[in-house]
Amino acid sequence: MRSLFEKMGQIDRRVIYILVALAVIVTILLKVKFKGAPLPEVRHSYEVINNLPAGSVVMVSIDYDASSMPELDPMLRAMLKHCFKKNLKVIMLGHWPLGLPLGQLALDEIAKQYHKKYGIDYVFLGYRPGLQAVMLNIGKEIRSVFATDYKNTPLDSLPMMRSVHNYNDIAVLIALEAGSVGDAWVQFAQARFNQKIIMGTTAVITPDEYPYLQAHQIVGLIGGLRGASDYEKLVGSPDIATAGMASQTVVHTLIVVFILLGNIGYFALRRRH
Amino acid sequence: MHISMNIWVWVAAFLTLSMFSFLYKDNIFYKIGEHIYVGTSAAFMLIYLWYFDVQPKLVGGFQQNTGAARWILIVPALLSLFMLMRFIRPAAWISRWAIAFTVGMGSGLGITGLLQGFLVPQIKATFLPLYVNAHSFWHSFYYSLNNILMIVGTLSAIVYFYFSAEQKGALKKVSQTGITFIMIAFGASFGYTVMARISLLIGRMYFLLHNWLGLV
Repeated sequence: MRSLFEKMGQIDRRVIYILVALAVIVTILLKVKFKGAPLPEVRHSYEVINNLPAGSVVMVSIDYDASSMPELDPMLRAMLKHCFKKNLKVIMLGHWPLGLPLGQLALDEIAKQYHKKYGIDYVFLGYRPGLQAVMLNIGKEIRSVFATDYKNTPLDSLPMMRSVHNYNDIAVLIALEAGSVGDAWVQFAQARFNQKIIMGTTAVITPDEYPYLQAHQIVGLIGGLRGASDYEKLVGSPDIATAGMASQTVVHTLIVVFILLGNIGYFALRRRH
Repeated sequence: MHISMNIWVWVAAFLTLSMFSFLYKDNIFYKIGEHIYVGTSAAFMLIYLWYFDVQPKLVGGFQQNTGAARWILIVPALLSLFMLMRFIRPAAWISRWAIAFTVGMGSGLGITGLLQGFLVPQIKATFLPLYVNAHSFWHSFYYSLNNILMIVGTLSAIVYFYFSAEQKGALKKVSQTGITFIMIAFGASFGYTVMARISLLIGRMYFLLHNWLGLV
């Protein structure tokens, strides 16, 4: 028994990598389904969007880049589908320059699916540096930071932007976060201008955002791949996140088994010594 | 099986596998992927900053604005130049003015933002009733227990970081309760971090199996 634990302790880490990779690949190939009721905070986010009257303006902030794409891109796509299905107007901007083209790709693609027109149903503003200054100035007049959209078209030339001046004209802000920009949105847009915020976050930062939800500083929280999968299901459009959740479950089980075996081995060997 | 005929999907697949190859050991393919990533990111960032910031706000602003709105742009332009002085050793000290400006502005915004947007609302959110009268016994029990845990957790975690008196007796007991809550929070964070990392793996594997090889 002791030699077994000693051998296990000397397993090459690459064996564990292969086991994890196999667990992911096999589960995807077998198209295993993940069943689970949506989390209450995700359902609430869905209901906030769902209850907005047609024509309301939703602002989406892309605060992530390619390294967080597997979690946040499915979330963005599901939320855009929901917004366009409900005939809401979408303004997209962002504070991570490297991630903005990803947001723009998704926006153009989903808008095309729902036959939405640029300038009438959606607008892409792009990026301006100095995130706190951008957030504060949007509270006064959006034109003071974004006089034009990303194509240098003046905002007043875009029909949907003529009635948008500050947070009073934005029903909900959807902040898709992979870092600390979400904190700034809460501190500047919510605390100072009482802007309603739904936060979509990578799993790494999700625990840090729950205090905002508990304090009612944000109205909804969609965390990680699980949150994205829940939102896809609520919108009735299961996609990549839903497909990935089965692999997630299998790998988590595998990791729990590794942790248990590691601990049993550690304590068994310690007792012997 | 429908293997992609798109050259860019093949490039992305090659780069994905190159990065994964580091799990075996450091190699030339990993280095190629790493250098391409760093180079393209830097170039992209430079172009983006020029196109979305310097060109429209500074250059365009100077051409289009008149009066004070035009001349005020000299201030940020000068501060930018001061920052670049770091590369000229005899004049490097000038860059401190630009740094002082950004640090001062960042601190001012950060302190007020934290107080107004984090500290005060979070303290307010712990002012909770210890007993909640809900529509059923179990709901009352659930909400009351939740509030009690919230208050006990917050207070005991704060006591854990109280270093002005030796932690013994009652203080030690409360402090130990605090560290238990903190450990549970760390455990939740660890679980979520595992989920995040596995999500990235799933994303790439799905790309390889679906977009590249067309197996699913």
